[in-house]
Amino acid sequence: MSGARGEPSDARGERAGARAERASAARAEPVSALGAIGWACRRDLLLTAHGKSELALVFVFFVLVTSLFPLGVGPEPALLRAIAPGIVWVCALLSALLSFGRLFGSDHADGTLEQMIVSGAPLAALVAGKMVAHVLVIGVPLAMLTPLIALQFGLSAGAMIVAVAALLLGTPILVGLGAIGAALTLGVRGGAALLALLVLPLAIPVLIFGAGAVDAAEAGMSAGAHLSLLGAGLIAAAIGCPFAAAAALRIALD
Amino acid sequence: MLKVGGLSCVRGPRTLFRDLSFAALPGDIVQVTGPNGSGKTTLLRTLAGLSRADAGTIEWNGGQGSRDTVDTPGTRGGQGTPGTHATQGTQGVPALAHSRAYVGHAAGWSGTLSAADNLILAWQLDGEAAAREPGAVVAALEGMGLVRQRNLPVARLSQGQRKRLHLARLSRSTRPLWLLDEPSSALDDAGQQLLEALLGAHAAAGGIAVVATHHPVAAAGATIRRIELGG
Repeated sequence: MSGARGEPSDARGERAGARAERASAARAEPVSALGAIGWACRRDLLLTAHGKSELALVFVFFVLVTSLFPLGVGPEPALLRAIAPGIVWVCALLSALLSFGRLFGSDHADGTLEQMIVSGAPLAALVAGKMVAHVLVIGVPLAMLTPLIALQFGLSAGAMIVAVAALLLGTPILVGLGAIGAALTLGVRGGAALLALLVLPLAIPVLIFGAGAVDAAEAGMSAGAHLSLLGAGLIAAAIGCPFAAAAALRIALD
Repeated sequence: MLKVGGLSCVRGPRTLFRDLSFAALPGDIVQVTGPNGSGKTTLLRTLAGLSRADAGTIEWNGGQGSRDTVDTPGTRGGQGTPGTHATQGTQGVPALAHSRAYVGHAAGWSGTLSAADNLILAWQLDGEAAAREPGAVVAALEGMGLVRQRNLPVARLSQGQRKRLHLARLSRSTRPLWLLDEPSSALDDAGQQLLEALLGAHAAAGGIAVVATHHPVAAAGATIRRIELGG
């Protein structure tokens, strides 16, 4: 309950002031927003290179769960082809959800997040860099695995290409939403379940337009409208999500 | 110059400190002491901009565009306030947001990355010139007796070695305000001497350090101020 008072000693003020100016001459440049994006992205890619097994789980999960459906609903080609777009997207969403915990989890535990805030580098840019890295190591491989899944369900080549394009546009939005959810649930007990509850409802539009695009392509119609909407969502997510996640991180660390 | 005025911090039903005021001039080392739970870590985290103060001001090079006001309850200290983002003071003194180096309880190192990688990433984040200098990493690690461990993942270093890695980072830090929370815990006697030498050099270069520790701080040539937080 007590305070303390130290009195400034003005006698040394001038001498010390001169030293401070000398020290400031050799001072380093603060990191720019682009530099911060690059730093965070590079660091997360480096971390991923040192911990690949965790990543492999996500992809094995994706392939495994999608493979369960033909076994469960029976080998009727027409039925499988009809449900394939939805299944690909739901499974991609769940696989991505599995990976969101690692966005900030280890950085929070080892104190790197604190250092990011104290450094004064733009936190939203650091978060954006982490999101870019996450899209590169999770989103892109998920999209690349999709043709394999599409083959299992007997989708046409055109629908397969649309599915890959839709996932490439849609997974960054999911990562953006996941980043907000992961930041909000940081350090919370049972955070993983809470993260799912937070992110899944927000991901519904992505699911609708993503699966809709593949449906349209499978039915021989143009998927352009769906893909455009996904693209618009991607732009909105790229602009908004880093700031929201950064704000949530500051709260989580307080 | 760092000037803290009327800083109060309440956590739930507990008041950690109330109306805390002190000032530190360039070349000063502020030692924060007090029993466990008296708010030493909270004070450092507040100065670092990690925690919110309930009242009070933190001024950095007063009136030079880097005033960091936390007057209203619920306003965050050290971040988000407009003053923090006035990046440069009138005399080229960087704003508080770009002036701090913090060593906290969490290691701040990624366990899977090597000591050298961690060190260079930390310098890059702070925008230190040392990050671009070839040989700086090895030289800094050598100075702290870690050169043989430079390619080991940090997870395989001991607690003391991780603290020494912080000393290696600080040895090339140009940030004027060091906030060190128990920097000497887990350090051996030689490590303690390295820390004191660093603090002395930092003070001699016009830096300010706020150190929360139970150990007496000795740094040649620096003025030590003591702040006792009540229990």
